[in-house]
Amino acid sequence: MTAHLLILQVIIPLVSAPVCLLLRGDRAAWAFTLTVSWAVLANALLLLNTVLAAGSLSYAIGAWAGPFGIEYRVDTASAFVVLIVASVGAVVLPFAYKSVRHEIPAERIGLFYTCFLLCLTGLLGIVVTGDAFNLFVFLEISSLSSYTLISLGRDRRALTAAFQYLVMGTIGATFILVGVGLMYMMTGTLNMADLAERLSPVADTRTVRAAFAFLTVGVSLKLALFPLHLWLPNAYTYAPSAVSAFLAATATKVAVYVLLRFFFTVFGVEFSFEAMPVGQILSMLAVVAMLVASTVALFQDDIKRMLAYSSVAQVGYIILGISLASVTGLTAGIIHLFNHALMKGALFLAMGCLFLRLGSVHIQDLQGIARRMPWTMAAFLLGGLSLIGVPLTTGFVSKWYLVQAALEDNRWVVAVLILFSSLLAVAYVWRVVEIAYFRPARRVSLRVAEAPAVMLVPTWVLIGANFYFGIDTSLTSALARRAAETFLGIGT
Amino acid sequence: MDLSGFFSYWGLYNYWIVVFLMMTGFYMVIARPNLVKKMAGLFVFQTSVFILFISMAKVKGGTAPILVEGVSTYSNPLPHVLILTAIVVGVATTALGLALVVRINEAYGTIDEDEIHSQEEES
Repeated sequence: MTAHLLILQVIIPLVSAPVCLLLRGDRAAWAFTLTVSWAVLANALLLLNTVLAAGSLSYAIGAWAGPFGIEYRVDTASAFVVLIVASVGAVVLPFAYKSVRHEIPAERIGLFYTCFLLCLTGLLGIVVTGDAFNLFVFLEISSLSSYTLISLGRDRRALTAAFQYLVMGTIGATFILVGVGLMYMMTGTLNMADLAERLSPVADTRTVRAAFAFLTVGVSLKLALFPLHLWLPNAYTYAPSAVSAFLAATATKVAVYVLLRFFFTVFGVEFSFEAMPVGQILSMLAVVAMLVASTVALFQDDIKRMLAYSSVAQVGYIILGISLASVTGLTAGIIHLFNHALMKGALFLAMGCLFLRLGSVHIQDLQGIARRMPWTMAAFLLGGLSLIGVPLTTGFVSKWYLVQAALEDNRWVVAVLILFSSLLAVAYVWRVVEIAYFRPARRVSLRVAEAPAVMLVPTWVLIGANFYFGIDTSLTSALARRAAETFLGIGT
Repeated sequence: MDLSGFFSYWGLYNYWIVVFLMMTGFYMVIARPNLVKKMAGLFVFQTSVFILFISMAKVKGGTAPILVEGVSTYSNPLPHVLILTAIVVGVATTALGLALVVRINEAYGTIDEDEIHSQEEES
């Protein structure tokens, strides 16, 4: 059984997607998808357990041994990201039932869950595969299904947002394809472990440098690194609430994982950070992302859009950690990958609760809403505290590691800027809290009731996780450090 | 007419074609306000990469990779197969993109990007 865990991780949702299409009625499709997502989570936990015991796990598809066949390979970092994706999927789905029924026409709900399963398949596939071309295929599976999911939003602007994302996402994916092609040209292999060996003798050629540049830009488009983030705010704002929560917590994280895989495993840290100036470029862009996106978030009246810009800023933190290329920096980046999934997931779920009752998440409509929907707004407040990085929350843990990494590298200015951008987060979270808690309620919102329990429970599960992993950091920090050490080739 | 001088001057001219097509497609995506033309540009952009892969599969003096007696040099079939997959992905992307354009046309009554923007600003 454990021998096939790796392939089951992808096959379960992949095979379920067409089955889901055949089911009649939205309730059946939802129940089926929910079961599948929990099976995926159980599988991910087993996988992580096996990987922690064995170090890494490899699976030859169809028993064709690598490097000729497609190899799936999982180490601590990938098992960790698989767990993030699987658990966010499993938490968002119970929430999705009411939210999706409210936001999507009944005849499309079955298709919605099919796309959701395909998106889950793509995201998981990207993480477990050990083959560069297979990665591109899974990337396109997840991207095409997420364009569809976003376009299902109620507002007509969801359509233009999906179109914009499709154009930019395709350009990014094509860049990745060019990069993979150029690497194949020089080495004659697509297997990542094999590529890593064969690239170093030919590293000092223009083709390999071009491949590296294409891959970096392509993946940066996917992970919404400033200034390639233009698709993200619209996509997250107009997508259905459940989709915003799912994608915000997983899609960019998986893209960051791809970047890590290419930088550290395929090209190696010497090439990526010494022969190429990627460390300087990424750390500069990351700092600008933190400051600019946080500032822009301050001026957004649509709260989902505000959270989307905050996501761009948070991606900046993750990339900043990675660009330092030290164990602490990488640990900070990876731990924030997990923590940001928790906090943004929770905040977008709270937005979904508000949207269900109010039909809007515009800041003017939230006046005094805390009295009508105390649990939802408390979740928003606590999630916001985590976003700011208040002690006892996961946000604090990430920032602690990140500031430590910056100081280790003698980058005082960067450390100060991290703290400054946290202050910007205080400002944009407080703006919402002030309106929701201290303004008199509007007439129209007097009859608004609290969101149903099926939606509040998943939200509060994520909020609870924010505090649990903020207080007991032993699990996440140990995993992140081990993943960082594997990437840098230290220790195991 | 002897073209060998021309070819040796331009070297591996396939790659120039790839670059030309890629930039043409990219320009269309950026510069055209018409969403259907944008999609066409995007497809040209993707197609250029197909040619890149197929060019790298060429082996000098090699024939089609089919087992025949008396032939020992074949083109590399792997990039061909990869590109079959990429073509499928490209077709799916174009289909989805055009479907979105149809929906946009239903919702806005136009497929011109500038008009969509001005409609958004009015509302």
